[in-house]
Amino acid sequence: MPRLSATQRHSIRFTLNGAPVQGEAEPRMLLSDFLRHVLGATGTHVGCEHGVCGACTVQIDVSPARACLTLAVQVQGCDIRTVEGLAPAPGRLSILQEAFRRHHALQCGFCTAGILMSLDAFLRAQPNADEAALRDLLSGHLCRCTGYTPIIAAALDAAVRLRDTAHA
Amino acid sequence: MKPAKFDYVQAETLDEALATLRAEGEGARIIAGGQSLLPMLNMRLARPAVLVDIMRIATLAEATATNETLRIGAAVRQAALQARPNLHPLLAAALPWVGHAQTRSRGTLCGSVAHADPSAEIPLVLLALQGEILLRSARRTRRVAAAEFFTGMMQTARHEDEMIEAISIPQPRVGEGYAFREVGRRHGDFAIVACAAVAHAGGVRLAIGGVADHPAARDLPADSAHWPEALDAFAHALEARDDLHATATYRRQLVRKLGRQVMQEAAACRA
Repeated sequence: MPRLSATQRHSIRFTLNGAPVQGEAEPRMLLSDFLRHVLGATGTHVGCEHGVCGACTVQIDVSPARACLTLAVQVQGCDIRTVEGLAPAPGRLSILQEAFRRHHALQCGFCTAGILMSLDAFLRAQPNADEAALRDLLSGHLCRCTGYTPIIAAALDAAVRLRDTAHA
Repeated sequence: MKPAKFDYVQAETLDEALATLRAEGEGARIIAGGQSLLPMLNMRLARPAVLVDIMRIATLAEATATNETLRIGAAVRQAALQARPNLHPLLAAALPWVGHAQTRSRGTLCGSVAHADPSAEIPLVLLALQGEILLRSARRTRRVAAAEFFTGMMQTARHEDEMIEAISIPQPRVGEGYAFREVGRRHGDFAIVACAAVAHAGGVRLAIGGVADHPAARDLPADSAHWPEALDAFAHALEARDDLHATATYRRQLVRKLGRQVMQEAAACRA
């Protein structure tokens, strides 16, 4: 039974956006801090640090989850996706990201990475999601700029394009 | 907003987890999905010396149904249960109100029961359905009825060397109807008042969360002519208090109105 000491750093390995990563952390280190400070993946933002604002949302084994409510030691061996993994190639945006740009679904951008990770997972699981379902999902995120309306418009637009892509 | 230092034990078996609890006493806390515990750790409202992670204990990740009961292990995540076909209608109605999709993906049902927030939906449903909590320590196993388990604000009948191994709820019965509703400032916020009702031939059992310091249930008569008086008495008995989110008067009014709605709904859908 492995027992990790509070005062030592321990090796943590998982898959980040398809590539194996490794770093060292004390048991108390949050996944959000591990991503940003140990791995240097600063696309994941940190807002409230108690699970309310949704800015730090990442995908853990396909499901959207709060990186600030997850310890780095808990994701040993997991498959983590962050906003850095959305773009299909350098200089290109994903269909969802393109839709966000087209609909002005972000202003300051602080909440955007988390919202993208929730929507990316959700639209894959429920390609026919309607506005009510999208608003329900977005209740897990706080955006103080947009009023959410352009985010909904972008998500609905992306859903249509993703369905078209899937059928093409 | 960072947790204080703790040792971290990755338990491979239930016996290992229980041995650690026995050895460490009150300094140890079980962590499952962590969706209630991590905010407490981040805000340093909880400062355990040791966290015992139980999520790799395969036997705890099972939800098993018999004709009489559904037994939900300590490592069953809320999202996993929500996706289960033929889920108990009251659980199915309440689960979408538990936190957000982004926390249900990690959070467990038993974790919510262990945390015992007075406005939490899962303890409320467990109480409404007269479910049981299966507690286990290195020395013994015991079952506690939901009505005896929740004793106060985030207080339960669990002893320090015990962990919740599973919760158990009765399967839907022919002739019963169920309904759930809650009012909060926004969807996913903590409930100001949450109501769950179980209607049967002999009456309606109504459980209320978010008002008293733990969920409370009463059995009300089947005849709706008696409901206004009974709901008023229930509303006052809960000793609502004013807080940042709502006044006591508003909470009592919600108990009367929302309570009546769920009782009507539950009675209307009796199978």
